[in-house]
Amino acid sequence: MRIGVVTFPGSLDDHDAARAVRIAGGEAVALWHADADLHGVDAVVLPGGFSYGDYLRCGAIARFAPVMGTLVDAANGGLPVLGICNGFQVLCESHLLPGALVRNDSLHFVCRDQRLRIESTDTAWTSAYEIGQEIVVPLKNGEGGYVADEATLDLLEGDGRVVARYLEVNPNGSRRDIAGISNARGNVVGLMPHPEHAVEPLTGPSTDGLRFFTSILKGLVEA
Amino acid sequence: MTRHIDTVADATAYPEREQPYTELGLKADEYARIREILGRRPTSAELAMYSVMWSEHCSYKSSKVHLRQFGDKKPETDALLVGIGENAGVVDIGQGWAVTFKVESHNHPSYVEPYQGAATGVGGIVRDIISMGARPVAVMDPLRFGAADHPDTHRVLPGVVAGIGGYGNCLGLPNIGGEVVFDPCYQGNPLVNALCVGTLRHEDIHLASAKGVGNLVVLYGAKTGGDGIGGASILASETFDEGGPTKRPAVQVGDPFMEKLLIECTLEVLHAGLVEGIQDLGAAGISCATSELASNGEGGMHVRLDSVPLRDATLTPEEILMSESQERMAAVVTPEKIDAFLEICRKWDVTADVIGEVTDTGRLVIEWHGEVIVDVPPRTVAHDGPVYHRPYARPSWQDALQADDPGLLARPVTAAELRDTVLTLVGSPNLASKTWVTAQYDRYVQGNTVLAQPEDAGVIRVDEESGLGVAISTDCNGRFAKLDPYAGAQLALAEAYRNVAATGAAPLAVTNCLNFGSPEDPDVMWQFERAVTGLADGCLELGIPVTGGNVSFYNQTGDVAIHPTPVVGVLGVIDDVARRTPMAFRAIGDVVLVLGETREELAGSEWAHVVHGHLGGLPPKVDLAAERALGEVLVAAARGSLVTAAHDVSDGGIAQVLVEMALREGVGATVRVPAGLDPFVFLVGESTARAVVTADPARAATLEALATQHGVPVARIGVVTGPGDDLQVDLVVGDSVAWTLAELRATADATLPALFG
Repeated sequence: MRIGVVTFPGSLDDHDAARAVRIAGGEAVALWHADADLHGVDAVVLPGGFSYGDYLRCGAIARFAPVMGTLVDAANGGLPVLGICNGFQVLCESHLLPGALVRNDSLHFVCRDQRLRIESTDTAWTSAYEIGQEIVVPLKNGEGGYVADEATLDLLEGDGRVVARYLEVNPNGSRRDIAGISNARGNVVGLMPHPEHAVEPLTGPSTDGLRFFTSILKGLVEA
Repeated sequence: MTRHIDTVADATAYPEREQPYTELGLKADEYARIREILGRRPTSAELAMYSVMWSEHCSYKSSKVHLRQFGDKKPETDALLVGIGENAGVVDIGQGWAVTFKVESHNHPSYVEPYQGAATGVGGIVRDIISMGARPVAVMDPLRFGAADHPDTHRVLPGVVAGIGGYGNCLGLPNIGGEVVFDPCYQGNPLVNALCVGTLRHEDIHLASAKGVGNLVVLYGAKTGGDGIGGASILASETFDEGGPTKRPAVQVGDPFMEKLLIECTLEVLHAGLVEGIQDLGAAGISCATSELASNGEGGMHVRLDSVPLRDATLTPEEILMSESQERMAAVVTPEKIDAFLEICRKWDVTADVIGEVTDTGRLVIEWHGEVIVDVPPRTVAHDGPVYHRPYARPSWQDALQADDPGLLARPVTAAELRDTVLTLVGSPNLASKTWVTAQYDRYVQGNTVLAQPEDAGVIRVDEESGLGVAISTDCNGRFAKLDPYAGAQLALAEAYRNVAATGAAPLAVTNCLNFGSPEDPDVMWQFERAVTGLADGCLELGIPVTGGNVSFYNQTGDVAIHPTPVVGVLGVIDDVARRTPMAFRAIGDVVLVLGETREELAGSEWAHVVHGHLGGLPPKVDLAAERALGEVLVAAARGSLVTAAHDVSDGGIAQVLVEMALREGVGATVRVPAGLDPFVFLVGESTARAVVTADPARAATLEALATQHGVPVARIGVVTGPGDDLQVDLVVGDSVAWTLAELRATADATLPALFG
């Protein structure tokens, strides 16, 4: 299975996402922001980082990259897409996901080992987890506070589209402790914490993040 | 009206024009020497170049005569692939891999404008590393501030931390260690040092030289603006005057996004074999890059300064030469490869312009719209600057300081008093948890961070296949250096060495950042000479070479200098990072042991500082043979899986070590003070060449035998109890003290958030 990882100018966790794909047993395919061709990949990860320096607004410039035009269409057609951190911001700016990510309420960048609860296993990226499973993965962001209007939040909750929630500490002021959401179809997931940094016991706080990547590979094999 | 540009022809035609050399930081004799070199007065552009390149910051004119010791006393080593003098030294770590690392100061800019000063400090050291052909893989920042509760510290620290995070996080470089130290001596002169480490294959080493007549000189990266003009000469090379005018315009402004593009673009053109020579633009900007490239190469270069892309079209040629705008690099490229080079720059949206070419004239000639404004021998600018033998003498107060022994200071007597003393220390700003700071840095990016703060050293995996990795630590106790600068420098070296060994890595090479007061003060110059000599002698004895470093003088306000602060960074290599030793108590029943000898050494200690505000006496004894033996035991123990945890003993003594080992994973322990030792001295004394380790009970005897074989004293002092258990210390029979982990954590965690929000 071939999972594309997009590199925008300023992407930082692209190599890490590719490593996670490989460790999960998939083939990572490097995609370039300026190339509109998705090269036949089976799914796409939009990695963390500071695309275009996060200037203007996080993800606001990346959303206009040539690769995104193709990707938005493909995602609307069902291609699985995972946006991590900056990738989540790009997905919101692209209107593939509702809401927005705003500056942390602490006003500081925060890097910590974050406990999460998986709230939905009905997505392409979380099917290998158990509902209610608690995991610890790194979180590192300056603008990770998830916001949306109350009606949207209620809709997300009602439709089971809240994918993961912060436990113990809400690190950035996200509404309703939301750490990640999906689109209605469940193929597009945005996540503020970094599962790709919790795939090896030596370098991560756990290997709890690996199942995001095994979920997609398993789903693709079965499809 | 156009401003008249001062040309070489003008300088010859009007030889006696008054020139503002003192405003540019040059002394009268230095100005006279420039006139002698050129055989005429310099043009205003030449004067600008010489003034920045001959500044203390760029020329090392006061330190050069002493720094030679690092080369003269270099130990026998095969590890050094590139030595002192290049942008950064390069060390062989085996398997075809090499590592380059360096630490630099950005002290003065960070005091004037904390966020930008600290941010651009990171940017500058990163460019040093990429110009060697290495991919940056980690940063760390040794920081020193004034008193933690001083209002100005509240201004400086949050900005410095945010600047380091804001810039480094955006580059995708994990921040894996560093220091945060508070002392009133740094009140008007905070120290913001930045270290970067990069990795490369042996065949990818690149040097800064302009070789090959006809090759093109390319300036690429950010456009040149009016920021940071004269930063090196004005900010870094002069003492702050109290109540003086603001120097904000001399501080550079950083754009980390551009730097990230510059990293990727530079590594791509280097790996494609498109570059003959490369140089980063840091202090002294284009003046430095052109003169150093030319001086290292075939001696000649012709530059058209009007080809430099500008952010501000009104800049004068002098300002363009002196600008320290960030995120710029210069490369020497053959005409055949220039198109491929520019194509890669376009791919990364990096502006690149050919601004000149390499010549065989032996002259650096710079034109401005067709008129020659600079015509100099480049060596005289870059390498043959003034050299000072500054007078130095042991300060008149040194003897009295050393005689002021802490032996008479009141000590805790009862168990309850000792318990309180340890809690006071645990919550003191220097020993308290630094999470408030380090949580603002990304330690995970790149996915190769094996250990990061608060561990003894940062450990980075270099090769994913083999597990080859490096460990790095920086250290310095400025109080020890004040009491005895020779010993203080060696103690800094010993601590960094011990920290690296504690993780299981074998120490291999040394870098340094020597932060001192004004070299024009004989007291300071004596401290400097002693510290350099101590460090050079220490490196020789430990068998690890100095690969490079940085000197920061003028860290003083009025007549008051900072403590001499020779920050030492030690890099070690570990064959397989899977065998690294972490610091946490973990397994129930593990034996706790102390390696090394405890003596009654309290001068300069954290206890004397926190409880009594006292600084006097002689610092702990330096015993580098003991450090080396301890290091060998720690490295062999890691390789043989004989230890489950290790933590070096330094600031705050064994009490602090036990607290940190317990809090790391929330696991308690019960230990007893070894027979014959005073409990207070055992717990808070700061004797060196010691470490606390834990071992599986089945392997403890093997560990003890290993230590004994190396002549390292070893004693079993207790046992790891379990998660959530107290930390208990049995003082004498029937008398013990205990702290709950909750109260220790609350005490350690509360301090910095309460001070800085």
